[in-house]
Amino acid sequence: MPDAPPPVVALHDAVVFAGGFPLLSGVDLDLGAGTLSVVTGANGAGKTSLLRLLGGLVALSGGTGTVAGVDLGSGDLRQLRRRVGWLGHEGSFYDDLSVRENLTFAARALGRPTGEIAPAVARVGLEHRIDTSAKQLSAGQRRRLGLAWLLLRRAELWLLDEPYASLDDEGRTFFDALLGDVVAGGATVVVSAHDPLRSAALAPRTLTLAGGRIVGDVS
Amino acid sequence: MIRTALLVAGKDLRIELRSRVLLWQVVPFGVMALLLCGLALGPAHAGNSPAGPGLFYLVTLLVTLLMINRSQAVERTSGTRSSVATLGLDPAGVFLGKALALAVELWVTGLVLLAGAVLVLHTALHGALVALPSIAVTLGALAAAGTLYGALTAGGDGSATLLPVLALPAFAPLLIAGERSFSAALHGGALWEWWVIAAVALVAYLAVGILLYGVLEES
Repeated sequence: MPDAPPPVVALHDAVVFAGGFPLLSGVDLDLGAGTLSVVTGANGAGKTSLLRLLGGLVALSGGTGTVAGVDLGSGDLRQLRRRVGWLGHEGSFYDDLSVRENLTFAARALGRPTGEIAPAVARVGLEHRIDTSAKQLSAGQRRRLGLAWLLLRRAELWLLDEPYASLDDEGRTFFDALLGDVVAGGATVVVSAHDPLRSAALAPRTLTLAGGRIVGDVS
Repeated sequence: MIRTALLVAGKDLRIELRSRVLLWQVVPFGVMALLLCGLALGPAHAGNSPAGPGLFYLVTLLVTLLMINRSQAVERTSGTRSSVATLGLDPAGVFLGKALALAVELWVTGLVLLAGAVLVLHTALHGALVALPSIAVTLGALAAAGTLYGALTAGGDGSATLLPVLALPAFAPLLIAGERSFSAALHGGALWEWWVIAAVALVAYLAVGILLYGVLEES
């Protein structure tokens, strides 16, 4: 019987401090490839901090951890960052640039052909707003632009920080469908949200954070 | 590194073209400040006054501080910063790109202010043209140093206050070199010696920025 593939995320007693305050205080977590996990919890529970740790955007202060094979303590976090995609709830792009300009910047930074922009824009349904400035987009359209940016990334690990905030039902349904496709394609997706996902079709693993610790884990 | 620099510079300049902050806010502020300087000197002293080069660089300093804050602010939205960090851009290239974009913006503003100095302060046109290369180099050095200090102070509370306090000691030799060179172009004296000091400072700040910008970004 072949060995099981190593987990994409493996944290053991992970601690993150910022300004002397513990943001995460002993997190144990394993996530496999092609899985969807939702991190829930109240404001200040540590949801965003956990996502930032997984993205190599904050340093591990204690414990051990690997993400996509990169050691969070001693590895090259810049290399890790190139393998993850981040979507923040405020938007993840330049407000004064258009949809096309934002995606062109991302594509060139990643060394991807700009010919991949049109399919990504079509996939998220923003063709009619491609030359619109990002700051003129609605909340749902901004989220779609963020998704197009992530589709260009072809990231192994998608980190979505409260992506459902301000989305209407149509937007949520669209988002769920796209996440389903991404997970089916083998990517690992971690979503932070105030409430558990409503979509039964996605059947995510739900992790509950409180005080910087995982206090609930339901598959 | 050069590819990243051109990508980042192009992005920053495009953002300026779209937002028109330079055109509608910074340049009018600079022209207004120059006009006030002319009024303060009065008609009896404004004509080719020895204070002209100093006033030109005083106004340039105020404009530079505004533009440095603006240059850093476009990167500091939380989601944008995280998302761009996951592009894994070479920090040396990012520094060069931001410094280049800031230099271009300063060169454009400098030309307008120089025209203003000729019109308002009655600075001799021939002398102003002779001073152009030294002004270009001095503004380039201010852009390189400003990008470095902008990254150092950005993101913290009160960064707009901290920037001038930290940057002024670094800017002072550049401003003195620029003013001396400009004065020499107008009234005779050691033009090239001061020009060379500004050029050496430009190279030094570029070298320091290439080496340290990644560390500043991480912190």
